[in-house]
Amino acid sequence: MSTVFIAFQTNEETRPVIEAIELDNPSATVHQEPAMVKIDAPDELVIRRETIEDQIGREYDLQELQVNLITMSGHLTEDEDTFTLSWK
Amino acid sequence: MDTPVNKKKLSLKEKYSYLTRDLAWEPSYQKKEDLFPYATYEGIKVHDWEKWEDPFRLTMDAYWKYQAEKERKFYAIIDAFAQNNGHLKITDARYLSALKIFLQAISPGEYAAHKGFARAGREFPGVGPQVACQMQAIDEIRHAQTQIHAMSNYNKFYSGFHAFADQRDRIWYTSVARSFFDDAMSAGPFEFMIAIGFSFEYVLTNLLFVPFMSGAAYNGDMSTVTFGFSAQSDEARHMTLGLECIKFMLEQDPANVEIVQKWIDKWFWRGFRVLGLVSTMMDYMLPKRVMSWREAWDIYGEENGGALFNDLARYGIRPPKGWKDAGEAVDHMSHQFMLALYQWNFGTAFHSWIPSDEDMDWLSKKYPDTFDKYYRPRWEHIKKMDEAGTPFNNFGLAKLCQTCQLPTVFSEPGDPSSLCHRETEYKGETYQFCSDHCCDIFKEEPEKFIQAWLPMPALFQAPLNGDLEAWMEWACLENGSDNGDFKGSHDQVSFQKWREMTTSN
Amino acid sequence: MSVVSRKEYIGVPRDRVENFNGNQLVYVGWDNHLLFASAFLLFVSPETVFRDMVQNNVIPLIGADPDAEKIDWDSVTWLKGNQPWTPNWDETLAANGIGHKMLLRFKTPSLNSICG
Repeated sequence: MSTVFIAFQTNEETRPVIEAIELDNPSATVHQEPAMVKIDAPDELVIRRETIEDQIGREYDLQELQVNLITMSGHLTEDEDTFTLSWK
Repeated sequence: MDTPVNKKKLSLKEKYSYLTRDLAWEPSYQKKEDLFPYATYEGIKVHDWEKWEDPFRLTMDAYWKYQAEKERKFYAIIDAFAQNNGHLKITDARYLSALKIFLQAISPGEYAAHKGFARAGREFPGVGPQVACQMQAIDEIRHAQTQIHAMSNYNKFYSGFHAFADQRDRIWYTSVARSFFDDAMSAGPFEFMIAIGFSFEYVLTNLLFVPFMSGAAYNGDMSTVTFGFSAQSDEARHMTLGLECIKFMLEQDPANVEIVQKWIDKWFWRGFRVLGLVSTMMDYMLPKRVMSWREAWDIYGEENGGALFNDLARYGIRPPKGWKDAGEAVDHMSHQFMLALYQWNFGTAFHSWIPSDEDMDWLSKKYPDTFDKYYRPRWEHIKKMDEAGTPFNNFGLAKLCQTCQLPTVFSEPGDPSSLCHRETEYKGETYQFCSDHCCDIFKEEPEKFIQAWLPMPALFQAPLNGDLEAWMEWACLENGSDNGDFKGSHDQVSFQKWREMTTSN
Repeated sequence: MSVVSRKEYIGVPRDRVENFNGNQLVYVGWDNHLLFASAFLLFVSPETVFRDMVQNNVIPLIGADPDAEKIDWDSVTWLKGNQPWTPNWDETLAANGIGHKMLLRFKTPSLNSICG
């Protein structure tokens, strides 16, 4: 097993995104660090557009993530609906 | 005339294809080799550039949109910082030393990276990496500009921020970062990508930015958090590009594996040496510390790098040659380096200081196997000298490593009480090194490294001829203001005075 | 391979001895005395007598270590280019074969106050 992770700035735009990630990835661990939230997950982490849209009540483009992204680890696969990090 | 309207919105994949791949063309009246003369000499074989995948699928229109948003956020906060006396909100003026090193050594590196990616974008024959490198080139110049702009607010009030551009080229510790980028930029485009895109961005950049920016947040430095995170939001894309590039090279031809491995060995070690500076910021310079250098290494070096090299094993790639020695050095390097910076602080454009008892207790807790045994006795002796009114300065200038250009302050692997010395001869000249790995890097490309401009030997050649005062003037180092112990410095005195003024009348 | 390049490529060493106005660089390190973070860079004439170099260039730099005054220079052992070596104290650096940018290390095994 290898850990993948993603980190966002702590702000009002990322709060619902992080909540959505927690809903979609039950095995993920969320670390609150100074000004930053880091989410670790074993082998894979999926971010789903729909879950975020449910949280914020508007349409969401996954590329908006990039504005508040700090870092990540793992291979990325991205399309309109999902943003996936994995070590496999 | 009616233009047919495409009702359906383009998918991300289609949009990417139109705005990236479709921008390429086949040359008709020039040969491809003449258009891209640097594409093959490094020995990397590429059979099909179409296999290049950009996982972010970012197109120029989206790029400008999101970058503009980042800039708006950045300047809103920088304005607020200046309007609200942000320069007085930091935990302590000692914190500024970390920023000064950043401005003198790292921000010019962003500018160098900009030039490097602009060139790589021109030299790669494939349109996928051309577009990705172009975006990264623009990112990197944005990073240099926003960093300089953010820190210019501190330059209005404190020493050591005023001459970073000259100091980058002329001071001894900054030549470490400079030589790192010069080495990468004078390599071919593929090596450049492994050097900066992969080794630096993917393997090492987290160790620089993430703990450093968290440290800025902990120490009340709103402007640095802002430029740091604004830059870092591009970093994830850069890391992805670096990883994509290495996978692409490894998948294109099995003969590429050996070349790529050699570059990984070289550039991991060179990057690790540059990061020596960051270890002192984390362990010594932040008045309020976030985590130790060792803890940051465990998360971002050991764990993350471990996962990466596990993954690359399927191509026949192994962890870099210096990986194990690096893991051992992490328990020593910040102490060895900070002791060095302190004893040569007449020649640094930032302040250093003897750690307080409380600081030393923190260090022994974080470094239980090394600090009390090896480093506390040195600091205690230096403290005794200071209390006796004879502060310790080492006027014997340092032996520098021909490859990484750092003073050779590092200990022998397995023997922390001996300095590591390595020496080799090439065409009748003697060359000195800090480690086996730096010596091996030299031996791979001696014709390149014999040309290194080493600041200490340079001081004894024309036109300075060993004149330390003339050197300070040339390096724009204001003696008595920029350099020396923090105790009694302008920064310490001003910060204290201004802080008192904010809370009384 | 001495460098990977598109055509023949010959570098010029930056720190050749000719650039030092008749002088040369010598590095001197005191083993196991890491109060001094690195070996010292000395700028000396190749005609300097070895004893004078120790007296005038090395001793003034090492006083901060309490072991310095206890050194018995007659029993000190030396390395040159990381190999055991015995200097001739009354000969010049040139006659001692100490070339430009070479490293000398000296060992004082019984002295060990600060850096264990």
